[in-house]
Amino acid sequence: MSAILQILFDALSLGSLYALGALGIALIFGVMRLVNFAHGDVIAFSIFALLWPSVDVVARVGAGNLPWFLLIPFVLAVGAGLSVLAELTVFRRFRNASPATMMIASFALGFVIRYFLLMLYSSRPKSISLLPALSQPVEILGARIPLLQVITILATVAILFGLTSFLRRTRFGLEMRAAAENFTMARMLGVRANRVIMGAFALSGALAAAIGLILGSQTGTADIQMGANVMLMAFIATVIGGLGSLPGAVIAGFLLGAASVVMQVTLPIDARPFRDAFVYGAVIAILIVRPQGLLSGRGTKERV
Amino acid sequence: MQRLGADKVTVAFEGLTALSEVDLEVSPGQIVGLIGPNGAGKTTLVNVLTGFQAPTGGAVSLGGTVLSGLKPHEIRRQGVARTFQGGRLFRDLPVIDNLEVTGIGLGQSRRAAIAEAERMLDWVGIGALADRIAGTLPYTDERRVAIGRALMGKPAFVLLDEPAAGMSAAEAADLAALIRRIAGEMGCGVLLIEHNVGLVLDLCDPIAVLDSGAIIETGAPAAIRASEKVRHAYMGTAADSDLPVLEVME
Repeated sequence: MSAILQILFDALSLGSLYALGALGIALIFGVMRLVNFAHGDVIAFSIFALLWPSVDVVARVGAGNLPWFLLIPFVLAVGAGLSVLAELTVFRRFRNASPATMMIASFALGFVIRYFLLMLYSSRPKSISLLPALSQPVEILGARIPLLQVITILATVAILFGLTSFLRRTRFGLEMRAAAENFTMARMLGVRANRVIMGAFALSGALAAAIGLILGSQTGTADIQMGANVMLMAFIATVIGGLGSLPGAVIAGFLLGAASVVMQVTLPIDARPFRDAFVYGAVIAILIVRPQGLLSGRGTKERV
Repeated sequence: MQRLGADKVTVAFEGLTALSEVDLEVSPGQIVGLIGPNGAGKTTLVNVLTGFQAPTGGAVSLGGTVLSGLKPHEIRRQGVARTFQGGRLFRDLPVIDNLEVTGIGLGQSRRAAIAEAERMLDWVGIGALADRIAGTLPYTDERRVAIGRALMGKPAFVLLDEPAAGMSAAEAADLAALIRRIAGEMGCGVLLIEHNVGLVLDLCDPIAVLDSGAIIETGAPAAIRASEKVRHAYMGTAADSDLPVLEVME
């Protein structure tokens, strides 16, 4: 029983990371048809913000020592700020470019962010002890679950609820839902495109920062490679979920997390090092059966 | 009284002339029909009138204001609304949100937009469907949502692009009653673009006939019915005039 609970919590907490990542990618894809490959580097950048104001190779944790109620908003604001900055300086210029051009631009931006971090902090992972109280285990029905896992899952659920009600109940949310479904039509009806797109980038950046916080607390390190793995899985989740579909992205994120964890424990010992190959195999199988994704979003623009 | 008018509107690109010096005028409360064979340029004209496409010559004006050059949402705010072929709703959004976002786009507060959206859905007869997801509606209801959306903010003119496409005679009759109310009760000027010629002959006066980008005839239904040129445009040859296409479509 406790083993099953442990697997369940592992699956949910890993799935949370993927779901948050997928949501961040889907939000921007929805309004811009941009697959933002710089998303992973926004995650990494947000973790390194914990070292501020120190910006050299032997950096010490600075901002990371803030009390949690200041630390969390600070990191979220860094992620949102960087993401909005990326929109203003880079993506705004590619508004009418083809999706492929925008995607390449996002790769380039990702490299710029990564090498900027590399220049300042070097490639050696930095040890950060972030919110150490979270590494305590808690006992749930006989299973010892790390408190961080519980908080990760609760925080993700809270974020999903918050985002859902934001999109459902606010004027801005309505504009975003309309723009995500048919940007051209929304714009022609007078929805303010720039505001909606900037809002999507801000939300997406804050989600990236939330992942950064979770990863930082889990691993106790800040590493410039950190976002890349989550980004890849999150991107796959948005594709499986149906590009542009927010619920699809979240569901697929959790599915991928579950698949990874379940395979980790059920595969024969010899096959476990190849777990990811099995996960990707499952992804291919899903896409063969449902090439449009689980919940199909709208990948193409309609003609007016 | 302000009129919506196209003055010698021309649209030409890469040697192809989609519209050539088209004049058209709609007054408030009037239902003007626009018919013509496929590819005649009807939708292009609607696109020009609503700012979705810029004319290469001529101008569109509302009263004394020149509309051509304005963006679609600016023209919408001036009081010229339209529907689209096939509805073009936000299909993942609830019906009421489709109208609400239109109100917000027009600059209304959220509260005002919701209130008007509710009234409007009742007015077009689908108040009970407010919370349904738009993409799940049968197409007759979808058309009503599209019309309700176009009527948000009480536009002075509304351009309906093939609202009856695919409808049965009974469904088209219901639609005709709604269009009459738009002109009668709201005092809105309506431009009706339709393939269902019977519906147009029944509802509209005057009727303009577009063929190969030019208006070939304008007049009352009786005159259009009798016109050789119209028959020719639809049939290809005047000699076949005994083929009762116009009558059949009634």
